[in-house]
Amino acid sequence: MFSRGTAKFFKSAVGSASKRFSTESNAKASASNLLFKASVATAVGSGISLWYLNKNTAHADMQADGLHPPHYNFPHTTLLGTFDHASIRRGFQVFKEVCAACHSLDHVHWRNLIDVAFTEDEVKELAAEYEYEDGPNDQGEMFMRPGKPSDPFPKPYPNEEAARAANAGAFPPDLSLITKARHGGADYVYSLITGYCDPPAGVEIREGLNYNPYFPGGAIAMAQNIFDGVVEYEDGTPATASQIAKDVTTFLGWASEPELDDRKKLGVKAVLLFSTLTALSLWIKRNRFSSLKNRKIVFNPPSNWNTPTKK
Amino acid sequence: MALSAVTKSVSKFTYNTFFKRESVYFSTVVVGAVAFSIYFNSAVDNWWDNRNKGKQWKDIKDKYVKPAEE
Repeated sequence: MFSRGTAKFFKSAVGSASKRFSTESNAKASASNLLFKASVATAVGSGISLWYLNKNTAHADMQADGLHPPHYNFPHTTLLGTFDHASIRRGFQVFKEVCAACHSLDHVHWRNLIDVAFTEDEVKELAAEYEYEDGPNDQGEMFMRPGKPSDPFPKPYPNEEAARAANAGAFPPDLSLITKARHGGADYVYSLITGYCDPPAGVEIREGLNYNPYFPGGAIAMAQNIFDGVVEYEDGTPATASQIAKDVTTFLGWASEPELDDRKKLGVKAVLLFSTLTALSLWIKRNRFSSLKNRKIVFNPPSNWNTPTKK
Repeated sequence: MALSAVTKSVSKFTYNTFFKRESVYFSTVVVGAVAFSIYFNSAVDNWWDNRNKGKQWKDIKDKYVKPAEE
């Protein structure tokens, strides 16, 4: 994979780096250098193999495992990108109007949307559109009241059995952590909801199921729900099917990882600080050891060193 | 020659001003840490906000915040 020149350069770079930070004597250094080089070579080799396996999207049984989704450039899946919060806001609208008919969002409360995609006043209005059971009151009876920001997002079904009964035996999964819970993450979710097509010749799909090449096995109970114009955006964004799918995928990505923006920013700070401190500590170590390593012990024998003393 | 004289005077000045007395040394560490964290955080935050301009909530919230009624 590497040319000979690259390998040579890499070898000398590793060698000089380990010499630069090492204060051991030469004989010992060459043994530990060898060990160091072997470890680096192993790490690089296995890293390249894993990277190749990860990048290579063709695999043996794409029918059973589902087609690998292509990579899409969501801003929040890049190394230093935050969520596109306007997209989260549109995606929430899509979720509420389309997905929430069958899918729950157990881990998201109304208040989580405050200062993420909605203002506090907007969230209060959104939550108040739904009725929640509360109580007991002073007669010991449960009563219904309008929702508050502290309430969870409403569930479409009271329990899994009800959900299965309403969907011909299929259970619509909870979407709170779906981009973390599926191989391929956001790319998979986007590909799945835009990937419906006619089954290829020879593939039979049972009554009530739909063909989707990205779904493991190919037969998915969920029908295609995302079409051009299925929602109407308040900010005037053209509601094409791909735009809607992108927005709802961004929203579900946020639901899975609400901490992502802060986490990435903190990561940048940590890498900056710790790399500086590492360089500093390596330099200080050399600095402090230099006087020890360079000292010379001189023995000046007395002039009568070889003369036997008389008793 | 000149350079080593400069380094010497700089380190002498640093030692006499900051390191000689424990009280001054400790205060230098504390004040320095606070000042650095403020500077470092605001520098990284500015760069981050600039890099992600238009995407974060603070960039779009003006469209949705209703003007306060008075």
